[in-house]
Amino acid sequence: MQVSEAWLRELINPPISTEQLVEQLTMAGLEVDAVLPVAAQFSGVVVGEVISAEQHPNADKLKVCKVNVGQAEALQIVCGASNVRPGLKIPAALIGAVLPGDFKIKESKLRGELSFGMLCSEKELGLAASSDGLMELPADAPVGSSIRDYLALNDNVIELGLTPNRADCLSVEGVAREVAVLNKLAFQTQASASIAVAHQETLDIKVEAPEACPVYLGRLVKDINPNAVTPLWMQERLRRCGVRSLSPVVDVTNYVLLELGQPLHAFDAAKLSAPIVVRNSRAGENLSLLNDQTIELDGEALVIADQQQALALAGVMGGSSSAVSDTTQDIFLECAFFSPLSIAGKARQFGLHTDSSHRFERGVDFTLQQRAMERATQLIVEIAGGSVGPINAVINQAHYPARLPVKLRSQRIQKVLGISLTNDEVSSLFKGLGMQVVEHAEGWDITPPGCRFDIAIEADLLEEIGRIVGYNNLPSSSLLMRTELGKAPEARLTLERLQDCLVDRGYQEAITYSFVDEAMQTAVAPDDEFIRLQNPISSELAVMRTTLWCGLLTAAQYNINRQQTRVRLFESGLRFVRENGETKQQKMLAGLTLGNVCAEQWGEKARNIDFFDVKADVEALLSLTAGGLSFRPAQHPALHPGQTAEMIDTGSNVVGLLGMLHPNLEKQLGFDSPVFLFEIAQDAILQRVVPKFAPLSKFPSVRRDMALLVRQNISANDLIHCINSSQEPAVREVSIFDIYQGKGIEDGFKSVALSLILQDFTQTLTDSEIDAIFRRLLEKMTAELNAKLRE
Amino acid sequence: MSASIEEILTQALQALAHAKDLAELDLVRVNYLGKKGLFTQHMKALGNLDPEQRKSVGQIINTAKNSFQDALDSRKLTLESEQLQARLASECVDVTLPGRGQSIAGLHPVTITMRRIAKIFADAGFNIAEGPEIEDDYHNFGALNIPEHHPARAMHDTFYFDAHTVLRTHTSPVQIRVMESGQPPLKVIAPGRVYRCDSDMTHSPMFHQVEGFLVDTDVSFGDLKGVIFEFLRAFFEKDLQVRFRPSYFPFTEPSAEFDVSCVMCDGQGCRVCKQTGWLEVGGCGMIHPEVFNSVGIDPERYSGFAFGTGVERLAMMKYGINDLRMFFENDLKFLQQFK
Repeated sequence: MQVSEAWLRELINPPISTEQLVEQLTMAGLEVDAVLPVAAQFSGVVVGEVISAEQHPNADKLKVCKVNVGQAEALQIVCGASNVRPGLKIPAALIGAVLPGDFKIKESKLRGELSFGMLCSEKELGLAASSDGLMELPADAPVGSSIRDYLALNDNVIELGLTPNRADCLSVEGVAREVAVLNKLAFQTQASASIAVAHQETLDIKVEAPEACPVYLGRLVKDINPNAVTPLWMQERLRRCGVRSLSPVVDVTNYVLLELGQPLHAFDAAKLSAPIVVRNSRAGENLSLLNDQTIELDGEALVIADQQQALALAGVMGGSSSAVSDTTQDIFLECAFFSPLSIAGKARQFGLHTDSSHRFERGVDFTLQQRAMERATQLIVEIAGGSVGPINAVINQAHYPARLPVKLRSQRIQKVLGISLTNDEVSSLFKGLGMQVVEHAEGWDITPPGCRFDIAIEADLLEEIGRIVGYNNLPSSSLLMRTELGKAPEARLTLERLQDCLVDRGYQEAITYSFVDEAMQTAVAPDDEFIRLQNPISSELAVMRTTLWCGLLTAAQYNINRQQTRVRLFESGLRFVRENGETKQQKMLAGLTLGNVCAEQWGEKARNIDFFDVKADVEALLSLTAGGLSFRPAQHPALHPGQTAEMIDTGSNVVGLLGMLHPNLEKQLGFDSPVFLFEIAQDAILQRVVPKFAPLSKFPSVRRDMALLVRQNISANDLIHCINSSQEPAVREVSIFDIYQGKGIEDGFKSVALSLILQDFTQTLTDSEIDAIFRRLLEKMTAELNAKLRE
Repeated sequence: MSASIEEILTQALQALAHAKDLAELDLVRVNYLGKKGLFTQHMKALGNLDPEQRKSVGQIINTAKNSFQDALDSRKLTLESEQLQARLASECVDVTLPGRGQSIAGLHPVTITMRRIAKIFADAGFNIAEGPEIEDDYHNFGALNIPEHHPARAMHDTFYFDAHTVLRTHTSPVQIRVMESGQPPLKVIAPGRVYRCDSDMTHSPMFHQVEGFLVDTDVSFGDLKGVIFEFLRAFFEKDLQVRFRPSYFPFTEPSAEFDVSCVMCDGQGCRVCKQTGWLEVGGCGMIHPEVFNSVGIDPERYSGFAFGTGVERLAMMKYGINDLRMFFENDLKFLQQFK
């Protein structure tokens, strides 16, 4: 909503500056987005009248004009505008004038002809962004008077960013009412002008949808002057409120909409075949709208129709077939109340948004129609004459909106807002807002006016008090102290700890979009079922990720394209997988790394990252958790078949993946070195073990190594598991310290060197005891894994 | 005995002086004091002398031997010290060279900001809650008193999957989920991702919000003001001005937006605050009775406040980031500025 400050001040003029007024509005909940002067700064421009316009002797496109600017002698001014002609009144910038952009007008010579000023377009005066030709002023414009005074340009446009609850302020009158209350001034709306009726003709009106349209007023105004012109003052007010002047009748309906907040519509009466019907549309019915758009109706939208066809989408936009044109003489003026619910969503459904629909869906004052009709009639007659008929009002009492009193308890004011007000203060505050106030023992019964659709409960009234008193004048209190001690569940591992672990291992946290490019999604996880946004912002952000790798790979590409050669990223967040008709939203932790293990440095030989570097990072994470996860070889379409491991929990559920990006994908995605990826379900790792002390042995420990020959397919896990399951109490630790294949080892076999740390709790182990343990372990491994001691 | 003791001692002392290192020194020691050393041989030869002579010659040899031993010890100390000096000199490194190994990376500024906010509230006894990002329209709108076709839905630029499934447009559904499953008193803070179908210089289709709410008996608008005020001062670590403007959210009544005095110009007016001296930070209000009704909390008995704020916006203000789009490009040169 955009209002002219001068127009507003004509209705209510508090003794405060523009800045104070703007501050007041913002702090009362009518947020001012901008205050702009209606015209750019300029001076020295007066109303001029072109007396003659002769062809310039040396230039085809220029004319040499004599212009009367109210001085003793007419001025010679050279002008290039095509619409310059004798008798035209225009803004003339005199010598010494300064136009917007600090453009100074001096005496000059154009192609040999002297010019003592400049004739101006709207654009040159900063009144419009573009214009073709000179600004044409009305014939009665007083020659010689300052344009700024004549057009009342010392005015500001105040742009209000209104919240949807404040439909009552979608008019100059509504804003004025608010300003009056804030400044404790009396405010009276203008009384309805009653226009003398000159004929008795009306069109019959049938309202078939009284719930949606409880009030419908129609009036015939005949024999208007089709050549009438909208007066400049009205054009200017419309312009300042962001509305283009079209024709007197349309301008008047727009003017009343801005002034009072009541949308009206004018039909060309000659194109109607009465009766006028307000009804639900019929499915499949077509309607050509004023904006040249033809819509197919669905049987639900409310329309205004005649006997032939739908004429208008009620409360949204008129149709082209019945529109007023520059030959229209008889008009049928409509002024109605459509219920917000009947209009809500209809405009958007057809991709429309109009000043009318904006107001009806938020709520128009249902007591306003008579007054608005009279006001519009009055203005039309003033501008275009015409013979006025009676108002045909169809009002359905059963569906006429009611305003019920809302109870306000004085103790609630104290309790919620922390202030107490006298009866007089409460009463005058609400009366100023147009509400009826009845006092009772507990407080007040307050009935909102027809223009307020946002007052239904006590809290709404409390907000009104807070707003008018000023939120910043309400007391502030310090928060109640902590009522209970915090909890610190030790078995819960926080995501923060895992994030910090990755950060400390050189992974930078990334945050990527949850919606990704479908091509990336299907490249990385072709087997996952994903879900698609109905209205994505672009095709690159169209489907929900089923793995965080999509975003991480995109981020890696972004950085590689910016001369980064080493990328280590991680992200935590949801993935969205469709399974059995349901979308699972699962919290994940994922990482990506490519390039050298460490940033290039003097002290370490550069080495490309490999599977076990990344696995060490994943193991570092797992070491913080309650454990129970193990790795096993796996296959994944995005990963290298020989370098893919899945993490499984004790129930063999797969909870994570780790591997090298498949070389094909690596190439396809434009990487030129191996990329490693991991992803783990947070649920599987956000527990930790609460430590439990184990006593230390006082006896020395012994290390024994064994080199075993095993088949290639025996995994490290198999060997470790075989020893750990031996139930030898003295075995403290087992680790693999070397793997060897090649010379001296038969094909298909490998040599694995294990170290065992042995220690007993009750004694120092003797050599023979150690040998016995060693022998038993070897026997177990031979039996289970066909392992042989390497000689 | 070819040479006199004196001569041997002289030779021995010369040999000591000539020894260049500890190994040579040890050879000298063996030459004179070893089993076949010259002093040792003289000592062995004493047995052949008569007792008178044996005593005096013995003394002479001992004196010479002791002199030698002293000189040997002293020479040894010198050589050891020289050797240590040489080693220390050879082991000198350029200590200004950087250390080896993996370097530490950093958290995303959004995470840093969310953690700080959560910490400030957790210290005051707020619990952290989360909710799904794909929401049903009931939790995202209906339960928050935003019925279908309400103009407020249009303000939200919602991403849809189907007529009733959306990407949450705010963190407020977490309010509903927490109140559905718990009873007052409730003190909750809910950070997370939210989505709006809007993308330009100042809008990102995905961003982060922190929602906070408190429900108890006797919670007033003053409590809300106090909490917001204290939070903003704690977050910015500055004595900021805070102001509350009436606004509209269907799920709060009264509703307000809160602004802080511009952190760039201290409220003097600058480009960042568009000369107003104020920066809008978030929305808040007293929880609407309809919201309480939809989760089965008695609005006559309980009252509460809720507030929400944009994390990126706070991070931009705190760190002086001037481009919203940087947050999700994940340019390492940007990310690495935050540890």
